Amino acid sequence: MMRTTEAIYKYLRPDKKFPHMWCPGCGIGIVMGALVRAIENTELTKDEIVLVSGIGCSGRISTYLDFNTLHTTHGRALTFATGIKLANPELTVITVMGDGDATAIGGNHLIHACRRNIGITSIIINNNIYGMTGGQYSPTTPMERKASTAQYGSIEKPFDICKLVEACGATFVARGTAFHAKMLDAMMLRALNHKGFSVVEAMSQCPVQYGRRNKLGTPMDMMQWFKDNSVSSPVFDKIPPDEVDEQFPVGVLVNKEEKDYIDRYRDIVKKAGGEVP
Amino acid sequence: MNKRNEVLLQGNEACAMGALAAGMRFFAGYPITPSTEIAEFLAAELPKLNGTFIQMEDEISSMGAIIGASLAGTKSMTATSGPGFSLMQENIGFASMAEVPCVVVNVMRGGPSTGMPTRPSQGDVMQSRWGTHGDHPAIVLCPKSVLECYTLTVRAFNLAEKYRTPVIVLMDGIVGHMWENIEIPPTLEVIDRAKPTVPPEWYHPYENLPGGDITPLAPFGQGYRYHVTGMVHDRSGFPTLDHDEVEQGLKSIINKIKNNLHDIIDIEEYLLKDADICVVAYGSVARSAREAVNMARKEGIKAGMLRPITLWPFPRFHLEGITGRMKTFVIPEMNLGQVYGEVLKSCPKKAVRVTRVDGELVTPDQIFSKIQEVSS
Repeated sequence: MMRTTEAIYKYLRPDKKFPHMWCPGCGIGIVMGALVRAIENTELTKDEIVLVSGIGCSGRISTYLDFNTLHTTHGRALTFATGIKLANPELTVITVMGDGDATAIGGNHLIHACRRNIGITSIIINNNIYGMTGGQYSPTTPMERKASTAQYGSIEKPFDICKLVEACGATFVARGTAFHAKMLDAMMLRALNHKGFSVVEAMSQCPVQYGRRNKLGTPMDMMQWFKDNSVSSPVFDKIPPDEVDEQFPVGVLVNKEEKDYIDRYRDIVKKAGGEVP
Repeated sequence: MNKRNEVLLQGNEACAMGALAAGMRFFAGYPITPSTEIAEFLAAELPKLNGTFIQMEDEISSMGAIIGASLAGTKSMTATSGPGFSLMQENIGFASMAEVPCVVVNVMRGGPSTGMPTRPSQGDVMQSRWGTHGDHPAIVLCPKSVLECYTLTVRAFNLAEKYRTPVIVLMDGIVGHMWENIEIPPTLEVIDRAKPTVPPEWYHPYENLPGGDITPLAPFGQGYRYHVTGMVHDRSGFPTLDHDEVEQGLKSIINKIKNNLHDIIDIEEYLLKDADICVVAYGSVARSAREAVNMARKEGIKAGMLRPITLWPFPRFHLEGITGRMKTFVIPEMNLGQVYGEVLKSCPKKAVRVTRVDGELVTPDQIFSKIQEVSS
């Protein structure tokens, strides 16, 4: 594996951008590290990569990494990414979104990007809360958990992001956690090499806005919780549903080959009598 | 095609053809009356040119997609009407802030809200200027004919590329759905995107160049790795809260338009030289106004017309130049006085309005009656 200092110099942008704005103990840096390591294991050059992010803590990843980077409006990363990918299919387009970003304000864009099976790699960093704005409940905040806008506990049933995107047609779906950094590297590499729409849900701890309010302990305790409750998906499938407490499946959950949007659009160009380069 | 090389075209179709002539190769949109024919036409034509047509899930995403496509180096456009235009405002602001060229066509229908989908209006004049939040520039072009739907769409792309900004083509339901024989101009100037002349390590996408030149926008993927954000940013594109950089950055997106008004603003004058009553009209209503001016002239009333072709920035200096010799300005429009208010800023107390919001065109008779009234 590439030495850390080399990776830092190669992929992180110098001057002015650091120190980063994430809180001590935040998991987003681990996810960003996994993304960088995955990219280093591909043949891609930095010029070929477009990193598109939304708004929120996760949205700042685009500022720090030395690619073609686009920090869009809240929830809209996939719409900009769709335009980029269709205008220049040669580019590798990666989106990074948070849970509120991807599944609340951007939920409509997410389900349609899945449905189109467009060749974008989507990293969804799920920390179960709106961190940047001060800890409001998100579509993935578990029932009864507290948030600044759920002072008596959330009464909304949360989304299972992986199930959602699978149902909408994503052809590669994986879930990892900030505890399983090396597993995340591998998942992201597979997602990057996948043709079609791929989603990696990276569960991440927000010790400041979510953990503290819900008495989940230190960042280490929250990561330990990931370790204790994550179950590899084939094993998870064997647990009788009534015995599932807080456990959740990790690993590659969906991986299928289907014609992607770019190829289908090329067929349209041919049908219309246009020239496909 | 007849021997005079004329073709019968609908305004919406002419707009779409103008876009193709300007080199537009990416369209993202969502169906909405009365603009849908633009999308339908391009859905058939763009694939023939290896261009991209995509019907997005809403107007928010359509606007996002065309900004993305433009950043990838492709001239891009969307088309919509009132309710969709409202949804686009968020990302129109992004395009202004991030200085990404693109064209938005708004074929105005009766509003507010769902309003009157099948009836024309000019109710979005102010929304096209101030629809998105914060201080921002706006270039808005307003065609009155099928021919202008074509030529002004080409011009919209040219201005977008030249000034690195979103440009709005503000049509109304009448112009969009009108059919006319037009002769397509064989050659129109087309401005393509300038390429950076400096190596990547010297490239600052938001740098103010000497002489007021605007830094060319490098397409993603060509070695110029930079950051684009809707946050206030420094010359490199990275977020900043440094007072000097913030103020300079925000003013520069305004000033690049303000310093080039002579290039951007285009007006039509009709019988204005000796006039003492000036009708200020735009879009389809300008056709009625022209007729009303003719009617007035027959009665010996010295009426003329000033038509803002560029609606924003508003041709205020043109108005101020003639205010002294005008007894009155008459402003007919299919809204309750949006341009009237703007005219008042240049010539207080001398303006009257003729408004109509029942979904019908302001007629020549209505305008003529008002001219008679103010001339007596």
